[in-house]
Amino acid sequence: MAKQGAARKTEAMEHGLKSERGGSRAAELDRLIHERVRLGIVSALAVNDSLSFNQLKALLKTTDGNLSVHARRLEEAQYITCAKSFEGRIPKTEYRLTAAGRRALERYLDHMEALIHATRQG
Amino acid sequence: MVAPRPLHDRALDNLRFIRQTMERAGSFTAVPGWGQVAVGATALAAAFLAARQPTPELWLATWLVRKAYAVNDPILSGPGRRFGLSFLPPMVVGGLLTVVLYRAGLWHALPGTWLLLYGTGFVTGGAFSVRIVPVMGICFMLVGAAALFGPAAWGHWLMAAGFGGLHVGFGVIIARRYGG
Repeated sequence: MAKQGAARKTEAMEHGLKSERGGSRAAELDRLIHERVRLGIVSALAVNDSLSFNQLKALLKTTDGNLSVHARRLEEAQYITCAKSFEGRIPKTEYRLTAAGRRALERYLDHMEALIHATRQG
Repeated sequence: MVAPRPLHDRALDNLRFIRQTMERAGSFTAVPGWGQVAVGATALAAAFLAARQPTPELWLATWLVRKAYAVNDPILSGPGRRFGLSFLPPMVVGGLLTVVLYRAGLWHALPGTWLLLYGTGFVTGGAFSVRIVPVMGICFMLVGAAALFGPAAWGHWLMAAGFGGLHVGFGVIIARRYGG
């Protein structure tokens, strides 16, 4: 739960980001995906058919609790799906990116590109 | 309207993070499955050609050509770079030992040496990949050991089984399970 403070901070930052950009369409920042762990999960799944909980944990260098909280938020938004199974006696959680999740990542990339483009023009 | 600097930097930083994550995530399957099927197929073709070579020199040349092909694989580029760095040393050792064994006239030891070192490469490099990769390495090592201690006449068929059969088999598994 220690992560909650940090999460609130990034959300506050996004808020500032939003108002800076005014009401333009590109300013519709997807907060769900903007957070680092969640952005990491979506990015990693974009290049893999599926990844297990442990693979994601190793890849993003995060804790069990942190990863499961963020993964659940993505799952609730239906950006990823989660399948639980057993490999022998060991429970295995496998994540996949949904079409909605892939679109969200694409939108996010477009958004970042637009931000960079806006500065170049100035 | 112009976005202020920090925003621009943050956007760049986010893009960098996405790219790095994708690269590292990609290295989980740095050993492309279908690529391996192709490698295995060339190995079987090489085995067929090598079997028909009348002299040991030609037999060696046929396999060396095939090895050069295999090393050019996507294994050594892009997200698989870390894999490549671990995979390379056993290959270099294999090259040096080939020269030594060739000079000593120890033909029968070549298939076993190659298979063993190739397997070693997959075991060490596989530490950065999905678990099946080191398993494949161990299979190569077992075949290599069989080639080293079994009758010399087996060498040829074990080369085909190892470089051909194991590549095709594991390639299909990796491609199916890990999507490429």
